[in-house]
Amino acid sequence: MIYRKIFLTLLIFVIWIILSGVELYNILVGIFCSILIVLLFGDINIQNQWTVNKPQRYLWFIYYFIVFLYEVIKANLDVAYRIILPNMPIKPGIVRVKTKLKSDAGLTLLANSITLTPGTLSVDIDKDNGYIYVHWIYVRDINIEETTKKISWKFEKILLKIFP
Amino acid sequence: MNEIIGKIIISIGIIADFIGCIGLIRFPDVYTRLQASTKCVTLGTCGIFFGVFVHSGFTSLGIKALLIVIFVFLTSPVSSHALARAAYRSGVKMCDKSVCDEYKSQVDRG
Repeated sequence: MIYRKIFLTLLIFVIWIILSGVELYNILVGIFCSILIVLLFGDINIQNQWTVNKPQRYLWFIYYFIVFLYEVIKANLDVAYRIILPNMPIKPGIVRVKTKLKSDAGLTLLANSITLTPGTLSVDIDKDNGYIYVHWIYVRDINIEETTKKISWKFEKILLKIFP
Repeated sequence: MNEIIGKIIISIGIIADFIGCIGLIRFPDVYTRLQASTKCVTLGTCGIFFGVFVHSGFTSLGIKALLIVIFVFLTSPVSSHALARAAYRSGVKMCDKSVCDEYKSQVDRG
């Protein structure tokens, strides 16, 4: 695997040089950082390698990103409204959300999306039963089906296509 | 044209960061304050860096700003989650306005 590491080092170094220009300082920093990065993270592999070659996943991912941006901006305005109003209409609490995702990458992406959407913050995950514990700034419903529908289903229905 | 759009996006980011900071001061407990900070990250910080990208286009500065957006999107929720979980497990109470706590039974089970 030594060839792979040398190749990775060169790749990172070349990208860095393209981005920052040829100067003595840049070259020294680039050599140091690319060797350090490859020593630390060079052994990490993709878990299911067959999934890399499916092009429709990338299209779904682009669609996911657009949906995600829309939701983030909508939720941002909602939280800004709650912050600015003098009486602060908040009703916080921790609720449970059900998820059907199984793979590590899918769960990470779902939990990250929930956290990045303002108003919801994923606190913990119960991987065996498929629950995510979410802190919600304005609890509209405690029932698990309703919370799943309102918080995570809009992301999960796309993620299920990317990480089946 | 790109410069004007970039400056508008940067302004939106600064306003979002400002509102997030007000929220950080006004909200009552750790968890709601973390909510305000994630709000800063998404529209605020990423908005500013995306504005820099639009402002300077596909130059070395612009591409680096775009890379920062991607890395902040990947890493900042992890730190928020770790802070919230550590706060809960070390016994920080939720504020009086809180209405429900489904997580308590899970923590008690261990």
